[in-house]
Amino acid sequence: MALVLEQALNGVQLGVMLFLLAAGLTLVFGIMGVINLAHGSLYMVGAYAAAAAAKFTGSFLLAIPAGLAAAALTGMVVEYVVVRKLYARDHLDQVLATFGLILFFNQSIVLLFGRQPMFVQIPPALSGAVNLGLFAYPVYRLCIIVAGLLTAGGLFWLIQRTRLGMLVRAGATHRDVVQALGVDIRMLYTVVFGLGALLAGFAGLMAGPLLSVQVGMGEQILILTFVVVVIGGLGSVAGAFWGALLVGVVDTSLRAFLPQIMRLMMNNSEADALASGVSAMGVYLVMAIVLLVRPKGLFPGHA
Amino acid sequence: MRDTQKHIRIALPVAALALLVALPFLAQLAGQPALVTLATRMMILGLAASALNIALGFGGLISLGHAAFYGVGAYAAGILTTHAAEGTLFLGLIPGSDQLLVNMAAALLASGLAAAIIGALALRTSGIQFIMITLAFAQMLFFFFVALKAYGGDDGLSLRRRNQLFGLNMRDDATFFYVTLVVLLAWLGICARLLHSRFGLILGGIRQSERRMQAVGVDTFRYRWLAFVISGMGAGLAGALMANLGRFVSPDMMHWTTSGELLIMNVLGGAGTILGPAIGAFALIGFEAVLAGWTEHWQIILGPLLVLMVLAFRGGLARIGRRA
Repeated sequence: MALVLEQALNGVQLGVMLFLLAAGLTLVFGIMGVINLAHGSLYMVGAYAAAAAAKFTGSFLLAIPAGLAAAALTGMVVEYVVVRKLYARDHLDQVLATFGLILFFNQSIVLLFGRQPMFVQIPPALSGAVNLGLFAYPVYRLCIIVAGLLTAGGLFWLIQRTRLGMLVRAGATHRDVVQALGVDIRMLYTVVFGLGALLAGFAGLMAGPLLSVQVGMGEQILILTFVVVVIGGLGSVAGAFWGALLVGVVDTSLRAFLPQIMRLMMNNSEADALASGVSAMGVYLVMAIVLLVRPKGLFPGHA
Repeated sequence: MRDTQKHIRIALPVAALALLVALPFLAQLAGQPALVTLATRMMILGLAASALNIALGFGGLISLGHAAFYGVGAYAAGILTTHAAEGTLFLGLIPGSDQLLVNMAAALLASGLAAAIIGALALRTSGIQFIMITLAFAQMLFFFFVALKAYGGDDGLSLRRRNQLFGLNMRDDATFFYVTLVVLLAWLGICARLLHSRFGLILGGIRQSERRMQAVGVDTFRYRWLAFVISGMGAGLAGALMANLGRFVSPDMMHWTTSGELLIMNVLGGAGTILGPAIGAFALIGFEAVLAGWTEHWQIILGPLLVLMVLAFRGGLARIGRRA
């Protein structure tokens, strides 16, 4: 029981990370109609900036603003220089240009930091485990869950309750009207893109101490984020949230429990091989099922 | 004026073909035997790009997952070759084979099956979702082959020798070059027939306006799906050849960047034309080879160039040519 709960928490932890990425991706699509393959690169930039800051200053507190600022700034520059010119283009052009950006970012990171992965220490204040009654859970992972949920709440508040959020919602459905009412829509786009980049960078800097910070980390999680967005429904932030939790929990629990279940049915080595294959494919199979039942995702957006 | 254009349009491919036929001799003369292998690689990826073109250029389907079908074809050929060498049965049922024709047929079958299933699911959506879903399913197959420990898993599968064909000496790179050239030409011939067939015309109609074609009574889903399946099969065929060229198959072949490169080749050479994607493949691989000769970090040059190409020329050398 304790193990199941612990894995469920791990699933939620992966889920909130995926949400931070999926929210930006789905906002950028919902409002600008752009598919941004380089979204994972912004996650990578956040992770590297934070890792470098932590390494040079020795302080995780300084690493947080460094990661956030680097990702948001990179995002806004990318929007201003490249993505802005892609709004009116077809999806194929968007795919190619952002693919080019990925090549550029990955190779730049190789030039700056080398191919060796960087490792980030969990800050001492957050290391160790907290007793949750049935089991002890790492403080750092718990912090990620809390920070992720708070960010999600903040994002909903921002979109539903503030003037900026109103413009974002209006811009998604009635772009021309918003522009006609005198809103600087280009500025709005840059801000939204920067916000998405900020969220991606936040996920990246939090992932640093858990995973190794390395080139290509962005694309790995980007493809999983696509699965989230497809399951949740393109253009919907709520869909991104529930889709991310579903993908996080399914992926984590398959990896944790499938080998043991399979071992009941066959010998150990075969069971492990089969289980690792099936659990790696698990979330994609969930996506296939969702596509069969609801092709537009669980929470279809307006876009 | 139009006459000269027409002459050029015929003369250029003929000249290119003559150059290709002579290439192994020229490479020998120049003392650059590695050129033959490079050119074979170009032709194989040209075949894969041209296969993607059936979905992308003819059908308007932006698939970011064609590396999966390419990889499935490679594994089909690789797995049968391994079983033939060991004298064992695949799944305890199917005997292995070291015949190229058999293995190419198996690759067509396996990749066609994969494309049929993935296509049936992915075509339930369109636009950006279609791009994401094809990429996601390709990643799923990537993980499947990584986990497939019986056939090398992560490390891939080495083949002892190339497949046999009519008693030719396939170990000779020049021979394999000509075999690949024949397969490529046959495929391009099929593409040309397809484009001008009833099927190709309907596909073009669907690409331009799906609603109108539906109104005329066309089952648009079936045609798109069929285009996707044929497209996947072509990619699988290329995979079987690539497995033979390097005598090696690994999950890396189905890495998602391969799918991206196949898209680039199409846009570079001109999606929707018969020869364009193959020309794009030659250009991209040649360019990569030259850049890689300069610096290990050639992607830092290729990336921005790609962005510039899209921004400045609205995608592709072919479109520049058409405007001029």
